[in-house]
Amino acid sequence: MDLRDTPEEAQFRSELRAWLSDNLPPEKRGVRGARRFEDPFVREWSRRLNEAGYAGLTWPEEYGGAGAPYSFQAILYEELAAAQAPPHIGVIGLSMAGPTIIAHGTEEQKARYLPPLLAADEIWCQGFSEPDAGSDLAAARTRAERRGDVYAVSGQKVWSSFAHIADWCILVTQSDPEAARYHNLTYLLVDMHAPGVEVRPLRQITGEAEFNEIFFSDVEVPVENRLGDEGDGWQVAMTTLLHERATLGFALTAQLDSSVGRLLDDARERPDAPVAVRERVAREWVELQGLRYTNYRALGAYERTGIPGPEGSGVKLRWSEANQRVTKLARELLGPEGITDDGWWHHEQLRSRGNTIEAGTSEVLRNIIAERVLGLPRSR
Amino acid sequence: MDFTLTPEQEELKTEARRWLADRFPLDRDFDRDDDRWDELAELGWLDVAEVGLGFVEEALLLEEMGYALYPGPYLAHVATGASGSERSSLEVGGFVYGGDEGDGEEVVSIDPARPLRRAASGNGLAETPRFRAACAAEALGVAQRALDLGVEHAKTRIQFGKPVGAYQAVAHPLAQTYTDVELSRSLAYWAAWCVAEEDERAPVAAAAAKAVATEAAVAACERSIQAHGGIGFTWEHPLHRFYKRALWLEGFGLRPAALQLEVADALLGNALLAEA
Repeated sequence: MDLRDTPEEAQFRSELRAWLSDNLPPEKRGVRGARRFEDPFVREWSRRLNEAGYAGLTWPEEYGGAGAPYSFQAILYEELAAAQAPPHIGVIGLSMAGPTIIAHGTEEQKARYLPPLLAADEIWCQGFSEPDAGSDLAAARTRAERRGDVYAVSGQKVWSSFAHIADWCILVTQSDPEAARYHNLTYLLVDMHAPGVEVRPLRQITGEAEFNEIFFSDVEVPVENRLGDEGDGWQVAMTTLLHERATLGFALTAQLDSSVGRLLDDARERPDAPVAVRERVAREWVELQGLRYTNYRALGAYERTGIPGPEGSGVKLRWSEANQRVTKLARELLGPEGITDDGWWHHEQLRSRGNTIEAGTSEVLRNIIAERVLGLPRSR
Repeated sequence: MDFTLTPEQEELKTEARRWLADRFPLDRDFDRDDDRWDELAELGWLDVAEVGLGFVEEALLLEEMGYALYPGPYLAHVATGASGSERSSLEVGGFVYGGDEGDGEEVVSIDPARPLRRAASGNGLAETPRFRAACAAEALGVAQRALDLGVEHAKTRIQFGKPVGAYQAVAHPLAQTYTDVELSRSLAYWAAWCVAEEDERAPVAAAAAKAVATEAAVAACERSIQAHGGIGFTWEHPLHRFYKRALWLEGFGLRPAALQLEVADALLGNALLAEA
């Protein structure tokens, strides 16, 4: 147990800081929400991250990664958050599609998809949730019917961020309505520019559109675009979700770190804030430290096995609730001004309501903890 | 940066769990507890520096003592930085834990296994990060045990034809306790490391850890009592003893809200000074 950077980590951190100050213009710090789709700098920024070796940092070198230890990834998240750097535009590809292709893809698939994913030349989106299959992914109804060398795909997906700018989609389909639950799904890599794919932006609670609906009408997907075997889609999808939660822990905590930093700045400007509010500000900072060090502990297990444990579900659960409290607390700190749209916390507060729904609702995460961590009997 | 326990620390923790479980099982007669202090000396736990260990290891031992509800004054020993086989007493917040008549008049303690005296001298030392980190470590063990007992009960108690843990209304509060325990563990180990290394963040880390871990221990016991139903409300079941230990740890010294305000002062500057 040693919380100090090793000499290698310290060197990586200082090189990264220098690189950030050379490559990230001050006016591009803090780009968030739907703005990250519109600002052309974000794509350019993503390319720079890749050229410097910071995209796919922990991926094997043979697939375009840097083969770095996971602790470097943690440092990267911390420093990107501290610099308020925009995220890589290909975040779905980096955190979900890429690791799943590495785990289940053929060598041809890895060679075809991973390099343009890292370089932000091809953007990925996720086609999991459906109007009638949210938390219950195994109930997906988007149909994939085998016709010779292709699957004919028809159906609807929803809550897909990046779909309106995406080139590829990781798609969970129903390939055999007769098969048993969990053996009826097939995982496909779908070209978003193929005929029959239609994307409609979904305007959300904040007024902007980060998410989309995707409609598939008899879209032909070559059989070689299948990831894993036919009927194994559930297992492949679980890999995606596992990686989403594993790498998410650090990313989310880093994001909370910059929100709490802003909250502390606001509180410092208001020394006459009620004592009760000061106490709550401290509690949120403490919760953040709890999440930070929980990630560090999880990192050790992850480094040993390469497979994130279900413990990450706990971090996501606590983070989402903390983020919601922080945004509300910030508006309370503003006092009477808190009723106005201040341009930052207003957006953050509304956006945070999605945090306990996206990437596993809090209810589903509590089920995962109860069943897979505590070993309680299944509730269904 | 490595925030996992070393194999030696894991082994110490496992050994301590086994040793304590053998001698302090939950079906013991709590009125006749012998704390086996001399055996602690033989194990080397009363002079850890002698065997090349430090405060992190003492914190791990305290965690396991919280888990077993160990009756002896190891908390006072660790919190005062004592070494050797003499029993320590500890004066904090106007009360003395342990000690004798000369230290003050005995009062009724919220935890009968943690006797208190109203301090006669009023010369108690200020609460140290070491004291707070030690309380956090013990509270962590209490919380973990309350969770384990609740989970075990939820797996085995059948109602309406199913183990009660299959009902989300029972399972989800236990899942909440699990996240409380994990965050408490992270803060308690962070505080222990900061104290051991004399890191400049030790005061704030220890205040945060005691606030969070003791609150978590109290909540863990309350949720576990609820998950147990009627049996959890009886004198016969050991849960009330864990609950009283948790309440004692939360109340000895500054309570969570006051500790959080100390953290606020460290982060934001002292409110009164800022106004002046």
